[in-house]
Amino acid sequence: MGAKGVLFDGSIAASALVPTGWDMKETARSLLSSLVGKGEASIPPLVATGYGRKSVDGAHRTVTEITCHAKGVRFLDGRTRTVLDIGGQDSKVIRLDPSGNVVDFTMNDRCAAGTGRFLQMMAQRLDFSLDEVKTLAADGEVQPLTSMCAVFAETEVVTHIARGVPQETLLRGILQAIASRAAAMVAKAGLAEPLFFSGGLSRIDSLAVLIGRELKTEVTVHEKSPLAGALGAALIAWEDL
Amino acid sequence: MRSRPWQGLSVPLSSPGRTSEMGPIAMIVDEVRRHNRDGILEIKEAHERGTPIIGTYCGYMPWEIIDAAGAIAVSLCAKSEEAIPAAEEHLPRNLCPLVKSSYGHALRGTCPYFHFCDLIVAETTCDGKKKMYELMDRIKPVHLVQIPQRPDRPEDFALMKSEFNRVRQRLEDLTGRAITDEALGTSMALRNRERRSLRILWELSRRKNPPLTGCEIQEITDYIQFRFDKEKAIAWLEATTEALSQATPERDLSARPRILVTGCPIGGVMKTLEVLEETGALVVCFENCSGQKESLRPVEEGVDVMDALAEKYLAIGCSVMSPNPHRMEGLKRLIGEYDVDGVVEIVLTACHTYAVEGYSVRELVHSLGKSYLSIETDYSSGDREQLATRMGAFVEMF
Repeated sequence: MGAKGVLFDGSIAASALVPTGWDMKETARSLLSSLVGKGEASIPPLVATGYGRKSVDGAHRTVTEITCHAKGVRFLDGRTRTVLDIGGQDSKVIRLDPSGNVVDFTMNDRCAAGTGRFLQMMAQRLDFSLDEVKTLAADGEVQPLTSMCAVFAETEVVTHIARGVPQETLLRGILQAIASRAAAMVAKAGLAEPLFFSGGLSRIDSLAVLIGRELKTEVTVHEKSPLAGALGAALIAWEDL
Repeated sequence: MRSRPWQGLSVPLSSPGRTSEMGPIAMIVDEVRRHNRDGILEIKEAHERGTPIIGTYCGYMPWEIIDAAGAIAVSLCAKSEEAIPAAEEHLPRNLCPLVKSSYGHALRGTCPYFHFCDLIVAETTCDGKKKMYELMDRIKPVHLVQIPQRPDRPEDFALMKSEFNRVRQRLEDLTGRAITDEALGTSMALRNRERRSLRILWELSRRKNPPLTGCEIQEITDYIQFRFDKEKAIAWLEATTEALSQATPERDLSARPRILVTGCPIGGVMKTLEVLEETGALVVCFENCSGQKESLRPVEEGVDVMDALAEKYLAIGCSVMSPNPHRMEGLKRLIGEYDVDGVVEIVLTACHTYAVEGYSVRELVHSLGKSYLSIETDYSSGDREQLATRMGAFVEMF
């Protein structure tokens, strides 16, 4: 979990990522000084977003992460009509009209199932680091997982470990479970193509492949997508100028 | 100002909270806030005079039969989170908070209205409620009305009518006196007048710049529900509506996105309205239980009284009905009449019928070219920030 900032001057001039920590106001200050420099007399127009948006001193306005995220993604890929975002603690689907305006969205932020935290817990159980998860091939044997509750899934994984199911087979099952859940969420919102996959879990190539298979569509990812929310806020600030 | 309805409420002139700068609209809202607990005293006094008090939980309850019996119908407590832990001693955790709260209040004796009740008239609406009533019956007698699951066939109508006849009989047994058709006719006319007056109040929100926010409308509607001298309440409501109608609005709400709220009862989740309006929306219409769902259609007068009651109540568009055409028709009509920009559906956690029906509501709203947001929530306050994100993003869409 981290706080992100983007400085925009027509293109991305600077970006920063700091741990969120305990004191959101302090986090926002340090993020800002790493972007514009400590000695800077005037702060440029500032838009704050995300759960900590009200803790940012000096912000001239706040915009929700849904709107910012959509804006940022459209900057990274202007064709995008549907955004699937799976972050550390929540997941969301945003549907856009041809001009990039948000027309519908759904969010899951009340349950850890299918989020980055879920994957982290399961990977830990299997002695995988997140970097190792990233290198797992999408194809291969799969041990299906029936429970999506983070707590019960862990029990299920432990049972499979005891039965001697290979780690990779299990991990692929976990990724498949996340992909199925994400695909259902996209389908419910109504998929408009092309689909853009963002958030921390979009860094796992095999997950993007599995989601694409579930939805029978091409999935676009972008190395800067973790910054999409902050980027969108910066773009709104730029337009406000 | 032509009328000053708050004068009828015998309020001391120097009450705290009132300031001389208050405009007429703010004063009306302020009056309502300071009197919204007066109903408890009215019920206590009626009970002491020997008037039977009938507890109710739902819009399907045939108010006219209770009134014609010379009894008072009172809506029982079901809105607070504090009652839930007690309920979970008997009920499962993953049950609708409204069902749990109703039961918890009854079990712990924390609903003053429940305390004064002689009988509860309840309905087999959702599965959670009907099974909970079996347990509630151990605390206080519950007369359970069997509601048909369809609104459209002759046999559904026949069941509704026979169930209402049973209610009539049960109340006659309780009071020891007959309920005449004439008395029913009088009660029907009275209730229709109340429905009509409420509708006229609500229709103030059809204006481009309505005098009241959605939160305020809800407060006034709630207040009327807990005024038991209906003649007086209607007179007050008519005068208040007239005063609101004449007053120059003190705020400009005309630029806000106009929202219709639908779904589950919202008395226990007023946070959703508060957050929605804090993020910049304006709720102009309520299509849920305490709003237009019950009042949209009056009881037909001048025909057989029991036929008229069965027909009216059967047409309530609750999601327990399958199919549920009356809800969809009502929504379509209200979205047009109130010039709505978006629909927000409030689904209480574990309310299956509204949660599932939400899919069709979303389709309907989208087919009318309007935006739709579904919110699942319970009585806890922990999700205010999450609500603010969803509702904020929804408002940003307009």
